[in-house]
Amino acid sequence: MFTPEQIESKLDRILLKVEKPGRYVGGELNSTLKDWDTAKTRVAFIFPDVYDIGVSNVGLKILYDQVNQREDALAERAYSPWFDMEALMREHGIPLYALESKRPLAGFDLIGFSLPYETLYTNALNILDLADIPVRALERDESHPIIIAGGHSTNNPEPMHAFIDAFVVGEGEEVIHDIINSLQKTEGKPREERLREFLNIPGVYVPRFYETTYMEDGTVEAIEPTIAEAPRVINKRIVAKLPPPPTKFIVPNIGVVHNRVSVEIMRGCTRGCRFCQAGMITRPVRERSVEEVVDAADAAVRSTGFEELALMSLSSSDYTYIKDLVSAISKRFEGRKLTVSLPSLRIESVSIDLMEMLKQHRSGGFTLAPEAASERMRRIINKFIPDEDIINTTREIYARGWTTIKLYFMIGHPSETLEDVQAIADLCKRVLAEGRKVAGWKVKLHAGVSTFVPKPQTPFQWVPCDTRDSILEKQALLKRELFKDRNIKLSWTKPDDTFVEAWLSRGDRRMAEVIYSAWKRGAKFDAWEEGRKFEIWSEAFNDHNLDYTFYTSRPRRTDEVFPWEHITAAVRKNFLFQDFRMSLEGQIRVDCRLNCFACGILPTFSNLRRENPGEGWKCPDVKSPARKVDVKLPVVGD
Amino acid sequence: MRTRITFTKQGALRYIGHLDLHRLWERAIRRAELPLSYSQGFHPQPKISLAAALPLGFSSRAEVLDMRLNETLAPEEIQTRLKDNLPPDIKVTEVIEVEERLPALQTLVLSAAYDVHLTEPIEATELKRRVEETMNAESIMRERRGKAYDLRPLIEMMSVITQSDGRAWLKMTLAAREGATGRPDELLHVLGIEPETARVERTRLIFKE
Repeated sequence: MFTPEQIESKLDRILLKVEKPGRYVGGELNSTLKDWDTAKTRVAFIFPDVYDIGVSNVGLKILYDQVNQREDALAERAYSPWFDMEALMREHGIPLYALESKRPLAGFDLIGFSLPYETLYTNALNILDLADIPVRALERDESHPIIIAGGHSTNNPEPMHAFIDAFVVGEGEEVIHDIINSLQKTEGKPREERLREFLNIPGVYVPRFYETTYMEDGTVEAIEPTIAEAPRVINKRIVAKLPPPPTKFIVPNIGVVHNRVSVEIMRGCTRGCRFCQAGMITRPVRERSVEEVVDAADAAVRSTGFEELALMSLSSSDYTYIKDLVSAISKRFEGRKLTVSLPSLRIESVSIDLMEMLKQHRSGGFTLAPEAASERMRRIINKFIPDEDIINTTREIYARGWTTIKLYFMIGHPSETLEDVQAIADLCKRVLAEGRKVAGWKVKLHAGVSTFVPKPQTPFQWVPCDTRDSILEKQALLKRELFKDRNIKLSWTKPDDTFVEAWLSRGDRRMAEVIYSAWKRGAKFDAWEEGRKFEIWSEAFNDHNLDYTFYTSRPRRTDEVFPWEHITAAVRKNFLFQDFRMSLEGQIRVDCRLNCFACGILPTFSNLRRENPGEGWKCPDVKSPARKVDVKLPVVGD
Repeated sequence: MRTRITFTKQGALRYIGHLDLHRLWERAIRRAELPLSYSQGFHPQPKISLAAALPLGFSSRAEVLDMRLNETLAPEEIQTRLKDNLPPDIKVTEVIEVEERLPALQTLVLSAAYDVHLTEPIEATELKRRVEETMNAESIMRERRGKAYDLRPLIEMMSVITQSDGRAWLKMTLAAREGATGRPDELLHVLGIEPETARVERTRLIFKE
């Protein structure tokens, strides 16, 4: 294996030939280089996209800090080399290395991939290959690192089961320590035994100890453990209380996509939008205190010098003390050059007040996400906002001086018709017309219309993707209606991209072979214009006699066993199904802070909740344990 | 106050370009909580100016920048505050206060000195022969970004240093005036040396008195 010095001298010969060599050299402020020889467990965390995207990922930053705070372990980082760098690395025989020490990834004990979205899968395979690590889990031996993966996409891990040794379902802050401890306990033991030991860790799924059988029609018959210790169902992990947010963010030496400090103000969402996977799988809602957020933001801005602060959550407006938070932030950073972004605001005038409070820190346009434009559709997706609220809010946004509003919509929701799509165009035109009345001809609108992909672990997991013809027809309608106005900008998703995402997120174990073939045929960077190759994927499906429409365009039977049936985010299938039924009837469910609908979180985590009562969680308190009472009656005469 | 900072740029930072370096300093100064001045107007710009762009891949023992602060601070205080706020491969070697009314830093640079070590050694007498041939040339016409120019008058000094172990390396001083800048990699091409096989380090910037 190459030494860091050998890798550095090889790099010196190629780095001047690539675009942005700063991606591949590390040396950032706040990165951590620990002594290799005294660390018992060496971990490499990988975000399998280009450095410019990956370096700002908050999830991996949390884990990086967690591991580096241990005396007995170290963590380093790696990202996907861009096309030009990969070609040169292969040509010069340079294995993929970690940025901190420049040691080859193959020399680490544990490699942890972050897989928040499915279009990173081919990159993950490519990274293993570039690191000279066998891509298939079963071909790796004791000399290779253990490969784990976490992130939202692991709510259906099956398409990647052949390549990853163990998946983490849910939140990583505590489970990463369990994994490291387990590895230290089984040091020197055979690989199989070390992975078997992982079965004792809640939230960890080791796919080699499970088997899937299929029905004649190709659907899953059952997913069964092959050994007794393997749990039948893997429940996601959560932390009872959000740990202190990271403040020492890596400061890249080159320009990247997000040059900012991100502070998570709240995890989870109580809104229950039926299309939203994040909203279903990140429950329960846990909030940080205003004081903790403001102090962390201040410390992070000081330690990085970043120009932007993002207050992260799935729904800023739902944070209980949002007004207090915004006014505290605005006060703390008064007079400092800092842009504050507050994503996911509700469509109501309060949101404008919040943004006004950040006036001296604000940037660009105002973004709102109605997602659908007809009343019928809003009921179906459970995001009910009356048209008048949208018109009144947007009119006021223009009146108060914003010239550009960005509205997010989705097409392809279940049972959507052209009328529902026409409503999107009509609403956009009306928003702009009303804006002109109060602010004149300078007002602009940007409509971002993506295509819905039904995701695992949501109430819409039973529905198919829209068909190609239908998507194209709907997009043609929008273009026809909205291109007429120069002040409306329209963006959309190509059907090919929607389908790639759909089969990767909804696939079963057979999808692993398709991914492998696609990667072998050159698929990578599937989320990028530069990398997208639909034909490659079609050929890969052909290689294995599979039809992609089986995964994308087929409504699931109500009694169908999903490929992800053995994985649960603790929101019960019954609950999801009931919610799906309600959507068919156009029934909405209100915010579950107002009324607990028994989604399944509380029974699963009742002990955690009981130990952490009060305001921290937005679920009701769990009082006395519902134990079976086993009273010994005194024997008469004793 | 106007302050002049001399700093090194080594290791990973060799691969960070001029604009990125500018932003890196802006952030470092902010982290150090130094009262940096900004220009007036709609898009205020920090008052930082770097003396001369260092080509990507070169290290430096002596880069120079000027910054303006809204308050007067002792140079030692500035150096102390910057110390922990820079990435590991940048070290401040000197901080001095300079005359506010001096012309812009970039216009003061005259020339730059470089040390060039070779990763694929060339025999000392052969290297000396090539250097002599180059220095004796009347003109050396080169083309850069589609424009022809004469490299020869931009070479102020070049010599071969032979170490006791017989290894030879180069010292050179090239003009670095605005509009008349000699690039070491161009000169290496003329000497028949692939720039990838050379480790170039800027050792000094020479300013107008």
